[in-house]
Amino acid sequence: MTSSAHSPVLELRKVTMQFGGLKALSDFDLALAPGELVGLIGPNGAGKTTAFNAITGMYAPTQGDVLVDGERVNGRRPFQICRRGVARTFQNTRLFKELSVLDNVRIACHHSSEAGLFAAFMRTRGFLDDEARIRKRAREYLSILGLLQHQDSLARGLPYGEQRRLEIARALATGPKVLCLDEPAAGMNASEKVELMGLIRKIRDDFRLAILVIEHDMRLVMGVSERLVVLDHGVVIARGTPDAVRRDPKVIEAYLGDPHAGGGTRPALGGRG
Amino acid sequence: MSLTLDAIRLGARSTLPFLLGVPLLWLASSHVSSFVEIILITAAINIVLAVSLNVVNGLTGQFSLGHAGFMAVGAYTSAKITMAFRTTDILALPPTVSDQVVFLLALAAGMATAAVAGFLVGMPSLRLGGDYLAIVTLGFNEIIRVIIENTAFLGQATGIAGVARRTNLIWAGTGVIAVVAMARRLAGSTHGRALLAIREDEVAAEAMGVDTTGYKVRAFMISSAFAGLAGGLLVHLIQLCTPRSFTFVKSIEVVTMVVLGGLGSVTGSVAAALVLTISLEALRELQQYRMVMYSLLLIVLMLTRPSGIFGSRELWDMMPLRRRRSALPDGGASAPSSPLDANADEEP
Repeated sequence: MTSSAHSPVLELRKVTMQFGGLKALSDFDLALAPGELVGLIGPNGAGKTTAFNAITGMYAPTQGDVLVDGERVNGRRPFQICRRGVARTFQNTRLFKELSVLDNVRIACHHSSEAGLFAAFMRTRGFLDDEARIRKRAREYLSILGLLQHQDSLARGLPYGEQRRLEIARALATGPKVLCLDEPAAGMNASEKVELMGLIRKIRDDFRLAILVIEHDMRLVMGVSERLVVLDHGVVIARGTPDAVRRDPKVIEAYLGDPHAGGGTRPALGGRG
Repeated sequence: MSLTLDAIRLGARSTLPFLLGVPLLWLASSHVSSFVEIILITAAINIVLAVSLNVVNGLTGQFSLGHAGFMAVGAYTSAKITMAFRTTDILALPPTVSDQVVFLLALAAGMATAAVAGFLVGMPSLRLGGDYLAIVTLGFNEIIRVIIENTAFLGQATGIAGVARRTNLIWAGTGVIAVVAMARRLAGSTHGRALLAIREDEVAAEAMGVDTTGYKVRAFMISSAFAGLAGGLLVHLIQLCTPRSFTFVKSIEVVTMVVLGGLGSVTGSVAAALVLTISLEALRELQQYRMVMYSLLLIVLMLTRPSGIFGSRELWDMMPLRRRRSALPDGGASAPSSPLDANADEEP
């Protein structure tokens, strides 16, 4: 199935994730069109990362379907879903820390390689061409994310903000149609966050990607996304434009309503509360 | 025309190490005494073992303790084949040539059966990680030994005596060239990087499109094949094929070499195998204490230099010239580069 501008590139139909007696996610519906930027928000433990894990194949959904480009992918292994075109970053960065920045991105280009193991042992022309192509591609992604000057440094040696950018570069290098960013701004300072917002938009425009962002920083997520989905206790409690969501009484209650649930640490809505 | 030229270039590229190495080995073997030759062959066999185990333990980060088991599979396969062809010459070749051809085929068969064993053990057990995999592979090692000790066809506990002496410096040296070329070329390829990614973070590797199970099994099979080669070389050196040569003590010996040299470092494994073999020969009277020495060596190493002597770097990464070169865009394509930028020292 080819994806026109209107058919969703990622679709979730009544996805439910059940862990024993706990429904971490129930009847979750979501559709992302190419070039769309959607924010997924909700208090801690609302099921946002669970939704990501169900999309990327880390968990197989208990019920419901995940469709990438119209094809049902639930039950497939994460690497297969990645090859279908869904890439992700992780809440706590999971870089290949002891490898160079360039290698981190080159690994993500791996599945585009056509040369087999034997070709690698023999150093065939096809293998060398392949390596050169992967190297070129990896360097392109590094330069887009402004990391080219660090290509030979070890990933663990990068400053925190650049590690986050490297994770995005690595996810992009897999050649996705859908990019899932799990709290990309966590731990960043204000100016880094502004820069990141610009970067996320630029990526979306340049690559015509559908992007799904989990974010706690309301200012950031409301600034970049056209549409928000709000989760609480695994259930969607609101959807719509940032403005509508901001005024939704259910959302305000989820974030601020229960003073005993450590509300003080929860982020305020749009800086108003 | 360019196709044939390309074919020649490809042939030269893939066989260059052998074209250079074999004449050197031939030259060396005609100039050393038989005592020195035996030590060198033993060292070569240990290098093959250490470098191949490093593919699994070092590059892929899967702790295997069953290398001697795969060695046994290769050893018995090749010994059985050379024994079967002891008195017959194949293809009406002159006896000396026929012997060598049979030996080559026997080694290849040993590698193949060891790789199959690697697949059979790896497929179910590579879902396990860390200590669990170590225990499963250790168990496999013992299973192989017990099977051999109870199979009449394989000579039971006495083993197969009278195996022909076929291994010489050229054969063993070629084995070393093959295993080093394999490991280096693997490490410098996209497949090698996939293995490294598994070592670094399996979840992230899988999420980035790396078929982690598939790659672990492949690494295991390659490693087992070369263990089988080492086994074949060993029994055609000591002319005796017995289960006592392939106990878990041998597996631990190989792990010691890999850890000592540095997980992931090919040159480290080579150096450690050389040093351990030669020092063991020099301290012959202390042979019975060798496990004590290995343990002490490992304890001292873990306390002073936990990443092994070479770490994950190669010998040439530590040379000043290489450092400068790999700072340029096109240098250091294969080896994991050392931190070069001032930024590399900053903590997040």
